[in-house]
Amino acid sequence: MIKRAFALTAVILVVVLVLISQLPEKVRFDTPLSKLKDEYKTKKRSSVVHASFPELRKQFSSPRDVTAACIRCHNGSHTEVMATSHWKWEREEFIVGKGIRTVGKKNILNNFCIGISGNETTCNSCHVGYGWGDRTFNFSDSLNVDCLGCHDHTGTYVKPVGNSGYPDPTINLALVAQSVGRPIRENCGVCHFNSGGGNNVKHGDLESALLETTRDIDVHLASDGGDLHCVDCHRTENHQMLGKMYTFSSMNRDRATCEQCHGSLPHENDVINEHTMKVACQTCHIPRYAKVNPVKTTWDWSTAGRLRNAEPYEERDSTGVITYTSKKGTFTWGRNLIPEYFWFNGTASHYLLGDTLPATEPLQMNPLQGSYDDPEAKIVPVRVHRALQIYDTKYRYLIQPKTVSTKHGDCGYWKEFNWPRAAEEGMKEVGLPYSGEYGFTSTEMYLPLNHMVSPKSETVKCEECHTRDGSRIAALTDFYLPGRDRSAPVETFGFFLVVVSLIGALGHAATRIVFRKRTQSEQQQ
Amino acid sequence: MKKRVTIYKGFERFWHWAQAALVLLLAFSGFEVHGSLDFFGFEQAVSIHTTAAWAFLVLIAFAIFWHITTGEWRQYIPTKQYIRSYIEYYLIGIFRNAPHPTRKTTLSKLNPLQKIVYFSLKAVIIPVMVSSGLLYLFFRYPQRYGIESLTIGGLETIAVLHTAGAFVLVSFFIVHIYLITTGTTITSNLKAMITGVEELEDEEEVLSASDVRSAPAVGRNDSIDPKAATQ
Repeated sequence: MIKRAFALTAVILVVVLVLISQLPEKVRFDTPLSKLKDEYKTKKRSSVVHASFPELRKQFSSPRDVTAACIRCHNGSHTEVMATSHWKWEREEFIVGKGIRTVGKKNILNNFCIGISGNETTCNSCHVGYGWGDRTFNFSDSLNVDCLGCHDHTGTYVKPVGNSGYPDPTINLALVAQSVGRPIRENCGVCHFNSGGGNNVKHGDLESALLETTRDIDVHLASDGGDLHCVDCHRTENHQMLGKMYTFSSMNRDRATCEQCHGSLPHENDVINEHTMKVACQTCHIPRYAKVNPVKTTWDWSTAGRLRNAEPYEERDSTGVITYTSKKGTFTWGRNLIPEYFWFNGTASHYLLGDTLPATEPLQMNPLQGSYDDPEAKIVPVRVHRALQIYDTKYRYLIQPKTVSTKHGDCGYWKEFNWPRAAEEGMKEVGLPYSGEYGFTSTEMYLPLNHMVSPKSETVKCEECHTRDGSRIAALTDFYLPGRDRSAPVETFGFFLVVVSLIGALGHAATRIVFRKRTQSEQQQ
Repeated sequence: MKKRVTIYKGFERFWHWAQAALVLLLAFSGFEVHGSLDFFGFEQAVSIHTTAAWAFLVLIAFAIFWHITTGEWRQYIPTKQYIRSYIEYYLIGIFRNAPHPTRKTTLSKLNPLQKIVYFSLKAVIIPVMVSSGLLYLFFRYPQRYGIESLTIGGLETIAVLHTAGAFVLVSFFIVHIYLITTGTTITSNLKAMITGVEELEDEEEVLSASDVRSAPAVGRNDSIDPKAATQ
């Protein structure tokens, strides 16, 4: 009787334990999603109507006059803007292996349009200022600050290429000035969606489709989702915004992170929460990128310069994307791509102007730092852009070519299609010698993905990584991953053991049957 | 004299079958986590494996308590006696319908080979599986919290050890299933583990004739049916 009670208790305990382990651990919920959704449901509205200010109800002859009008009330904002990277395009950074350097868009090369030096009139149409057309730009003139690019709400404010950051002269500046408000997606998108010379050339997860989108593309920006604006996550204080682009940022600071809203343990499942120590949110929640429009995957500068009837030309594929232009060479594009994965601790190194190229290709333009053993590092999804770009074969460093041409005979490649002249002029601009000999070397640029977060149902499934064949993180081999990895000796030992047991049991059984039959037939005789 | 005896008590049978079910569940889900099978789906496999592991731990706790309080733990003390006879039995005797070298009694349910195998399971394999399993479960990248005393660089050692143990258990399982059929009749061992009851030699007789720990067959000759059983 006692033993039966004992057994019953055991059964009940096991059942209870099973039930308890199935309960979601609500305790771990430090930022419930529902609370966040409520918080962002009410849209921020300005309490000020700029249109009623007499200072703005007049004709402006120059955008600089608008800035002057802004400063009259916002009399500290211009100094704030002038302290940001959006204005300086450089900042002091500690770079692994290189020490403290002042770097940014101003002097770091990329493997898209390569670099701004000598090409400012066009590249710098995305500068938050007016008139940065060459090295003589005055960074301390507050009237050079462009308030409207980020604060325009009319959607009419355009800064054309080749205009050194000045807006189109036909724009009604008064109307724009009266419309200003908190930056919306359109303001940021003008530059951040079209960087590199067109929509989705650079990022893959930032493109014009995000202006008006749905949850399956981006849960945060979707009109049927969070309907957020960029600055909701890229929180801004005194014009200093959170968020990093590691193509030219180096240090782990001022980042806009998922955790800032969602907390560090946002899942109901403990095992998944545990993953967040080594796996970034983005890794599972951005299963694919370039989900709407294609992103440029490779850029071969070496084929640039072909002419038809002495004229430059363009070629497009059946989907309408440019596959060749005489100005820039050959491109390939990809849509709905699976990211590549890297360990990343928030710091990146950089190839800097004048650095000697490594002996082996490709050149890593911005190697992301981190490894399994690095406690700060997590696995992140990355878009890798691969290119062939021009370098000095004798001095073995990358060349900053002059691409943009503003006047006849200024060596701009996009007019003359002459690499030696473009190289010489560009290198003169950055103050490095050019040997006169050039070639093309393969380069890689790493762009960690942070946008186009998919709905929960699209999240990367366990077995997409925990699998022997075709694991998403097959390239990360510096640690043991259950389901993917195994020890060859133990597998061999195990297989041998199981096979020997099976053969032993079956062989023994067969022998018994044979002997039994023999005995039976003997008895019958 | 033969007598129907309750050889496996209620708890013992519950323990055995619960353990069997859990081990099967753990093996299937475990080898799925290992990447060898595709059955439940990885996420489900992990969840099942974790739940079954906890249930198994509770069961082990109860089993230990039962073995200690009932003194049944003595059944598993290995002995050198009759090992040779048993090896000979399984290699030769069994085919000639020879009797088991010793008799099964409530005081000595296990033959010397079983004692060695079960003792190794309980003293080596299960502790290895439980401790590596707990480390696997509680592996929380200790370096992040600066728990220096627990510097586990990664899962590799734990996982490889756990996998090796799992292979041994699978192999045990196969042999165990087969050996069930080597009792007095093909099914007598199975029936005993289900009902608890088996026809054994009268214990009084056996006791008076031999050592209780590993009772040898009394009056071993061809006239006596080989009623002693083993699994």
